[in-house]
Amino acid sequence: MKYNQPDSYGHFNQFGGKYVPETLIPAISELEKLYVAEKSNPEFISTLKKLLKHYSGRPTPLYFAERISNDLGFNVFLKREDLNHTGAHKINNALGQILLAKKMGKTRIIAETGAGMHGVATATVSAQFGLKCVIYMGEEDIRRQKLNVFRMNLLGAEVRSVSSGSKTLKDATNEAIRDWVTNVENTYYLIGSVVGPHPYPMMVRDFQSIIGTETKQQFREIKKSTSILPDFVIACVGGGSNAIGMFYPFINDKVKLIGVEAGGHGVNTDKHAATMTKGELGILHGSASFLLQTKDGQIKLPHSISAGLDYPGVGPEHSLLKSINRANYFSVTDDEAVLAFQWLSKKEGILPALESSHALAYLKQKNNGIKPNQNVIICLSGRGDKDVHTIADYLGTEI
Amino acid sequence: MNRISDIFKTKSEKVIPFLTAGYPTLNDTVDMVLSAEKAGADMIEIGMPFSDPLADGPIIQKASQIAIENGVNIKWILETVYKIRTYSEIPIVLMGYINPIIKYGLKKFLTECNSSGVDGLIIPDLPPEEATEFIEKCKINKISPILLVAPNTENKRIKYISHLAGDLIYCVSILGITGSKSSKNNNLEKYLQRVKIYSECPFVVGFGISTRNDVRSINKISDGAVIGSAIINKFNKNESPQETVFNYIKELRGNE
Ligand SMILES: Cc1ncc(COP(=O)(O)O)c(C=O)c1O
Repeated sequence: MKYNQPDSYGHFNQFGGKYVPETLIPAISELEKLYVAEKSNPEFISTLKKLLKHYSGRPTPLYFAERISNDLGFNVFLKREDLNHTGAHKINNALGQILLAKKMGKTRIIAETGAGMHGVATATVSAQFGLKCVIYMGEEDIRRQKLNVFRMNLLGAEVRSVSSGSKTLKDATNEAIRDWVTNVENTYYLIGSVVGPHPYPMMVRDFQSIIGTETKQQFREIKKSTSILPDFVIACVGGGSNAIGMFYPFINDKVKLIGVEAGGHGVNTDKHAATMTKGELGILHGSASFLLQTKDGQIKLPHSISAGLDYPGVGPEHSLLKSINRANYFSVTDDEAVLAFQWLSKKEGILPALESSHALAYLKQKNNGIKPNQNVIICLSGRGDKDVHTIADYLGTEI
Repeated sequence: MNRISDIFKTKSEKVIPFLTAGYPTLNDTVDMVLSAEKAGADMIEIGMPFSDPLADGPIIQKASQIAIENGVNIKWILETVYKIRTYSEIPIVLMGYINPIIKYGLKKFLTECNSSGVDGLIIPDLPPEEATEFIEKCKINKISPILLVAPNTENKRIKYISHLAGDLIYCVSILGITGSKSSKNNNLEKYLQRVKIYSECPFVVGFGISTRNDVRSINKISDGAVIGSAIINKFNKNESPQETVFNYIKELRGNE
């Protein structure tokens, strides 16, 4: 049977849905109606296509990474989302949503951000469209991603520091939702991943699917074949937007899909963000999905060296893909991710984001199931400039 | 018939305090509820703390955090209600987010709500779209599902929500979170008039209520006023939380 998710209520089997206060129901209903109409509107499609091409610089290359392939004994191709304008895949989604916000007549944009890449993308499109922009960011993330905070300020956005809970992405999301409840009449909430209430997980997936769609075609061009498919596609999973964007166009194909989440200090410690490995079904930020929680159903504080993966939940569609065994999820530790960061930098001359480094680190793991000469595609979701302070701290180097 | 439908049969001014379970300490909850009743409260809302309360402002967020640190969980809350039932027949409603309930087990939770003496439930992150099973199981257990409406809820939907709820609905007074200032303009009055016309059941109003005047004016159009963050704001070093609750409810009732 062909994969067709979510249903019209926004459920991915037992996952997803719209668990939001009544105040937000009119806003998400309006957004859903508008999005469903616009996604098949030729004018909307061509406007977005033009922006992706001329503003963001798409298509991004699919690059054969020969030197790491030689190290590994199989063929590694990097989908270079780091070469997008603003330096990550987040802009694909931000451009799509800002067009909808504009259509809805909203004058104020809010967003949450962890690593700051989504915050930068949102600040960027808000500047481009002349809309007021407020970004919520955890105090801890403001500290470790200060380069991005300054970028957002330069772009004219206000960055509001959030000091509750773990002071990271979860708490920034709580605060953004509270702002949205209060200012729902003039404010559009530009969610940065495939999380939140319906229609966000579906809509953000659709906007990010350009990653997988281009990849499939580019791989065939490289291989000079109209039907060949890679053996594996691999992506890191925070909320899961770059991963689902890469997976979705391959979902009905015979291709192994692998999501890599943050193992922090190890999944058997209490310092990790391995939601798929260690989470249980729960409800947070508007949808049902796997969730790191205590026995009393309180949300656990996650940990990852990578701010973009430091989140106790995951997009509902990933929970579905895991539960139907269509995708597999693994974790790598902070240490493995940093090693992968250094490895790619030295071997290929590319500084990957710490988030993307998790996907790369999977290649180095024993028993990863990849056989010699197989073709593997990695979603290189973002560039690593923002992480140099974190890496320097980790290595005990002053910069 | 449960205790809730009983008290709303007669039209009179109603004061409904919201108290976070296990805050400021585990020992305070039973006595605070009993003091509130003695001071003239008509119904009690007990807040079930959650780590990520999306509909709450900083005051209730902080109280929830402390309550969780004090060790409050669903089991403790149900036992506490059961204890209160030895002394009091005041209607008790639990208010909390859906995740801890799902983790506890919806069916088990509702059965135990019934056996502990809980009369109703308010779940701010469970809109009717996701509440089918919840409403059905509430009704089996004679618990009132108190669904919410907001200022931007359309008339037809108010009617629909009140129909699903049956016994009572909760009107969020503002677009916003708990502890925000209530809107003083006539928007609130217009909104409550709308609810009065379209609701098929009684309705209480909460968020941002803090004075005797608020209580009086809200009760003129609705069936009751809920006071939450303002109570926590009244806590001080010079009296026990029970005394604060007693004195403040008296004040809100208009008989100091
Ligand atoms: C470069 C990069 N990759 C990945 C992520 C994780 O998000 P998602 O799982 O939604 O792709 C982030 C989030 O901040 C990011 O900045």
